[in-house]
Amino acid sequence: MTTEIWKDVGALCDVPRQGARIVETSFGRIAVFKTANDDIYAIEDKCPHLGGPLSQGIVHGAHVTCPLHNMVIELKSGRAVAPDEGCVLTLPVRIDERRILLDFSKFGEKAA
Amino acid sequence: MKKKLVVVGNGMAPGRALERLLESDPDSYEITIFNAEKRVNYDRILLSPVLSGEKKFEEIIIHGDRWYEKHNIALVKGRKVISIDRVNKRVTAEGGMIADYDKLLIATGSSPFILPIPGNELPGVLSYRDLDDVQAMMIAAEQGWKNAVIIGGGLLGLEAAAGLKTRGMDVTVLHLPSILMERQLDLTAGHLLQRELESRGIKVITNANTTKIVGDGKVEAIELEDGSRLDADLVVMAVGIRPNSELGKQAELDVDRGIKVDEKLRTSDPDIFAIGECVEFEGSVYGLVAPLYEMANIVAMELLNEDNNGFSNSVLATKLKVTGIDLYSAGDFSEGEEREEIVLRDGANGIYKRLILQDDKIIGTVLYGDTSDGAWFFQLIKDGTDISEMRDTLIFGPAFAGGSPLDPMAAVAALPDNAEICGCNGICKSAIVSAIADKNLTSLDDVRAHTKASASCGSCTGLVEQLLVLTLGDTYDPAAVQPMCGCTDLGHGDVRRLIVADGLKTIADLMQALQWKSSGGCAKCRPALNYYLLATWPGEYVDDGQSRYINERVHANIQKNGTYSVVPRMWGGMTSSKELRAIADVVDKFEIPAVKCTGGQRIDMLGIKKEDLLAVWSDLNDVGLVSGHAYAKGLRTVKTCVGTDWCRFGTQDSTGFGVRLEKFLWGSWTPGKVKLAVSGCPRNCSEATCKDIGIVCVDSGFEIKFAGAAGLDIKGTEDLCHTSTEDEAFEIIVALVQHYREQGHYLERIYKWARRVGNDSIKAAVVDDTVNRKALFERFVFAQKFSQSDPWSERVSGAEAYEFNPMSEIKLGEAAE
Repeated sequence: MTTEIWKDVGALCDVPRQGARIVETSFGRIAVFKTANDDIYAIEDKCPHLGGPLSQGIVHGAHVTCPLHNMVIELKSGRAVAPDEGCVLTLPVRIDERRILLDFSKFGEKAA
Repeated sequence: MKKKLVVVGNGMAPGRALERLLESDPDSYEITIFNAEKRVNYDRILLSPVLSGEKKFEEIIIHGDRWYEKHNIALVKGRKVISIDRVNKRVTAEGGMIADYDKLLIATGSSPFILPIPGNELPGVLSYRDLDDVQAMMIAAEQGWKNAVIIGGGLLGLEAAAGLKTRGMDVTVLHLPSILMERQLDLTAGHLLQRELESRGIKVITNANTTKIVGDGKVEAIELEDGSRLDADLVVMAVGIRPNSELGKQAELDVDRGIKVDEKLRTSDPDIFAIGECVEFEGSVYGLVAPLYEMANIVAMELLNEDNNGFSNSVLATKLKVTGIDLYSAGDFSEGEEREEIVLRDGANGIYKRLILQDDKIIGTVLYGDTSDGAWFFQLIKDGTDISEMRDTLIFGPAFAGGSPLDPMAAVAALPDNAEICGCNGICKSAIVSAIADKNLTSLDDVRAHTKASASCGSCTGLVEQLLVLTLGDTYDPAAVQPMCGCTDLGHGDVRRLIVADGLKTIADLMQALQWKSSGGCAKCRPALNYYLLATWPGEYVDDGQSRYINERVHANIQKNGTYSVVPRMWGGMTSSKELRAIADVVDKFEIPAVKCTGGQRIDMLGIKKEDLLAVWSDLNDVGLVSGHAYAKGLRTVKTCVGTDWCRFGTQDSTGFGVRLEKFLWGSWTPGKVKLAVSGCPRNCSEATCKDIGIVCVDSGFEIKFAGAAGLDIKGTEDLCHTSTEDEAFEIIVALVQHYREQGHYLERIYKWARRVGNDSIKAAVVDDTVNRKALFERFVFAQKFSQSDPWSERVSGAEAYEFNPMSEIKLGEAAE
């Protein structure tokens, strides 16, 4: 089993509601979303369709619509909503004292 | 000899435990109760009705003095137990009083959490926990103290707020999260609640972080993190509770947040039990009454050596006790994978019901406005009932449960002739049916035009459509009205009409009033609603950036690789060496890979990284270049030819007129993009006859044309009118744009709008009816007051800075190297 790699990526209030912020890593970008209900999700910032930056899409419910060709991605699972197919990597999220922490172990593994 | 039971604390949990114990075996124990408060056992949950004046203290007493006498219980009031001697099984209270026990029950409850901020001990700072607090608040109100500030918008805080408001104080609620009662409510219900409280005159400030309470000898004001300051005579902290576990610690029992107990409510000493808000079970502490009563029952059974299943963490339900506000929530209602929702909204009656389903079971519910089915849903949650059989009617509650889904046609057919269909206009079924038959009506709009049914609030639209189907059979095609998206059955036209008719002013209000079927809309409806509200309520509606496409949010055009392109405005297509030099410098400085002339007479820089956008704009702003809105559903370009300035054929100053139009129209938002062109003579070098609006100058004046297209569709313009002066042409063009802003459906270009409403109706509105034309012009001028600011310079000076920079950079080195 991989060891978990939790890292603080920012404050809860840094991410706008129904919006997203980017976290830069040496292996690519992560999009951190906040829904209207203040739930936080982190996924790879890369649409499974043609690689569009999901962080720039419109957030509705716990979904985001890709800004390039309107593929809808479910934030929790990273899966495209039917009839589309595809999946992006999701990162486990933890909130501690109003800070956002992500577990990068899966991401690092994939990149390596 | 009877065994001795000593109880520390006389709150609701031990009260219930003793009742249960005495019911089963009145002679099992000799009971002594120590109570730190000087009162008998009362119902803390009903403190709010006492505060609001709806109940008196005597009415919330659970056990009066006589109850204790009757059961031979020794109640020691006003004595706090200060130590436990576990070896000799003896407790000592203040003043040296001692009592021996065989079994000890600790129920010391909890204390309100007091924010560790300066000024928290000033007189006038209260918590909301017991009758003393309530009496202090009542006295404050009676003495005419004016301003009450409640810190904490949870259950208790809001009840305190409502109570103090009833007693005549000016009340403000400060809440740190963005949703009131965020642990119990979702966004919509939280919003409805906030509206309701605000309509009662209670001010609510969310995202409010209190940093300081100030005052000289008594509370005078409080200060927030953002620097604002609120006057306050009374501050009530209702930010949570902390278990009172000191006695457990003193006795060296296992204590973490609370006194730790197992499922039999035993502490680490088998003869000592603990229940209520002072305990911690499997990492959780409890503040709601239901689990506390469950603990009470179990501990009673344990004391009687009766078999029981033990305590377990279970689903909780919450109800707000403020008169006139019906609010109920239970279970888990966050969104997530494999979860589905059923939403019912009844805008007219202010009802919102949401069920969250997973694997054919209800796992959570939020009810607002009508909570009568809450208990039934809660039971289904607790029992894990499979609801697949009754899913279609589930949201309507037990009245319909298990029945076959209602056939809506049969229901409508069964209505008597005099049944009222349209409540707004008082139209009954027979009036609609006979109008359809007698006047050969075939569509919803026909029925609206002839009978007015469903022409006001629109909530009976479904019924009217069913009557059309009943009367006309298959010849009626209900799909003729295209719903905006999957979130609603209403078409764009209905939504626009209802925004005006019902005075809907925010997206949340609109979704509630028009009974949106999703809780937060989708990427199709949200941008449309944002535009409609912006166009309908200029200066009032606050633009919702998160409901805009990325291009309009960051004021640049996203490209296939996630980079952006930037197009500065060049008024009427004119530019200068200074502007061109600045563009060239920007291209070099930011290593912009591609520069191209657009079809709209300006220059496009492509491949700019998002992080560079602010710096690029800043450099362009320095020479006066502003956003060309090449991304906007709004005014794009006004193409011109050089007209009388240079051209030997020019008949009018087409360049000057184009620049005048662009400088007047820029910044306005429209349903779809708007492109103009002005040609100086009929040779039409600026290709005005395929534009949304085109002007062809002639010797005698100006030919105004509109509704052209040169994209997905190709279509020449239609003639609108001829004017002899530029000013008249100007007024007509502006009125035309405003008319389109008020009538167009989102993403509907002018040629499609004209096809839908008819060229003649547009001509009548903006050419023939000069009064209406002037009114349209004035409304456009008013709206422009709020939209003509350069988005680039706003962002260079700091607006929405979060859009442009990564939140953080994380080094993930070692693993990969």
